[in-house]
Amino acid sequence: MSTTVTRPAAPSKARRTAKAAARRETTAASSGVVLTLLLISTAYFLFPLWWLLVSVTKPFGRQFSGSGLWFDGFGLFDNLSRLTAQSDGIFWRWMLNSVLYCGIGALGATLMSAMAGYLLAKYEFRGKGALFGAVLAAVLVPKILFTLPLYLMFSEVGLINNPLAVLLPSIVSPFGVYLARVFAAQAVPGEVIEAGRLDGAGEFRIFRTIALPMMLPALVTIFLFQFVEIWNNYLLPAMVLGDDRLQPVTVGLVGWNAAHGVAVPASLVVVGSLVSVVPLIVAFLALQRFWRAGMTAGAVK
Amino acid sequence: MTTTLSAADPAAPPRQEARPPRRRRRETALTKRTLLLFGGPFVALFAAMYIAPIVYATVSSLYVVKRSGLGLTAPTKEFDPLHNFAQAFGDHDFLAALGRVGLFAVVQVPLMLGLALGLALLIDAKSARGKGFFRLASFLPYAIPGVSAALVWSFMYSSGSSPINNLLEPLGIQIPFFSGGSVLWSVANIVTWSWTGYNMIIIYSALQLIPGEVLEAAKMDGASALRIAWNIKIPAVRGSLVLTAVFSIIGSAQLYNEPTVLQPISGGSVSSTFTPIMSAQSAVAAGNYHYAAAQSVILAVAVGVLSFVFFKLTNRGDKA
Repeated sequence: MSTTVTRPAAPSKARRTAKAAARRETTAASSGVVLTLLLISTAYFLFPLWWLLVSVTKPFGRQFSGSGLWFDGFGLFDNLSRLTAQSDGIFWRWMLNSVLYCGIGALGATLMSAMAGYLLAKYEFRGKGALFGAVLAAVLVPKILFTLPLYLMFSEVGLINNPLAVLLPSIVSPFGVYLARVFAAQAVPGEVIEAGRLDGAGEFRIFRTIALPMMLPALVTIFLFQFVEIWNNYLLPAMVLGDDRLQPVTVGLVGWNAAHGVAVPASLVVVGSLVSVVPLIVAFLALQRFWRAGMTAGAVK
Repeated sequence: MTTTLSAADPAAPPRQEARPPRRRRRETALTKRTLLLFGGPFVALFAAMYIAPIVYATVSSLYVVKRSGLGLTAPTKEFDPLHNFAQAFGDHDFLAALGRVGLFAVVQVPLMLGLALGLALLIDAKSARGKGFFRLASFLPYAIPGVSAALVWSFMYSSGSSPINNLLEPLGIQIPFFSGGSVLWSVANIVTWSWTGYNMIIIYSALQLIPGEVLEAAKMDGASALRIAWNIKIPAVRGSLVLTAVFSIIGSAQLYNEPTVLQPISGGSVSSTFTPIMSAQSAVAAGNYHYAAAQSVILAVAVGVLSFVFFKLTNRGDKA
């Protein structure tokens, strides 16, 4: 089908032609089977999210009645104001905590990963192999295993109930270093660094003004993945933060849920669950092309 | 870029001198400063947050706190390297937790990766439409934090109002999500839901790297789509499958969020020692830090050995 491409300057036209050719080559039966299977799997992946979306719009208290799959009255705004009213608006405090922990943690991790990854990709030094080996090993050890010893260490140095106990482990990302190294090796040509040196620029200036912009797609990926990872990390904040005004939203919601609908209505947990996942879904949708490129770089090498 | 710097390395063989020695010395100093500037912050925090906890846990697991029978004297910390490990290997709850997670991994990981591979092949198929939509729809659950996903599914499962059982009611089927025999698979379903799309994207990316000519040639030879998938595409994504399998095995060992969220509504099916991490955490809650540390060490070693064995086994196939 590549023969139909006459002008390389029109890639979209070429792709459309290829697509049409692919369609002609397949039978209606095979595309029917493929489509059916894909629709079944998509129903599985979207079912709980659809239920959540529908439930949040139902009038308060009716979240668990009815089929759960279709709208039934409208109570979205009432639900949100009840969420805000519960325990003096602590829910929004939790959201803010989550955004701060994840934002600061991911930003720090991205910056450190960029520098360490660039160092590993572009310089020769003694101990380089050992450092990279340690980073790789750390990627492979279950992160949750560090949590209990960290909790014990933090209690010995008095860091319990201190946001630093959540932030410090968050800004170290071995996977980020690995990804930054792979990407720096591919995307930052040695000649450009050499040219910067000949112009008399210092190593850090070369990194900041030349290498960093070139590594940007990988850095967005590292930021996003670290953001999600910190948001996902439940055990560490649950152990080190006893004060509920310091907790992230995940720990807060599980605390509400464990109250069995006695202290906090179960409907409120449903509403809070939906609100708490909105920022992450928006981030993923907005940054699609970055995480896809990043996952490919991390997976193939 | 590496050549100028390796010239400054004292271990490097002497090169034909193109530069005066003064410049070489300056570069050496520069390298050390650069090294510290770029790598210093990461190495310092990496040591504090990754290496120190391992050392701490390992050392801590070798000690035992001894209290006198009446509790009149202060407890003493004693070096007794085998005590905690002997206790762990005689602890039925901990061993049951290890076995449970082992069973979980053996069933859930192949199931999830099979699903991910199937999805990737379907979306990659020539007859697929709306590839972007299907790719995103299956990946969306990954964007939901583990705890939130478990909360949402706990609403799906909860006995009085389960929307799934509501749907199945007319058929006369009710799934006992929280019975002792099925609660592990209820957890497995949440994990599968969360991670299939993530693994699918990795496998799908590998599929995109197969040269078009190879697929075209196979087609010319009259190979069917299924045959091409079996003989060309699946072998081509083998590396990605091994990678996702290792990460999934590691993920199974960390099983904590989902069972913990289901615990309060499970009616006792999810015990406080349901998984090894939960078991270690309940040892911490009981104040037995040294025993918790020993459990962590055992789990870490088990995971390391399993990943290594899995790598070895799958690599042997490559050489043959």
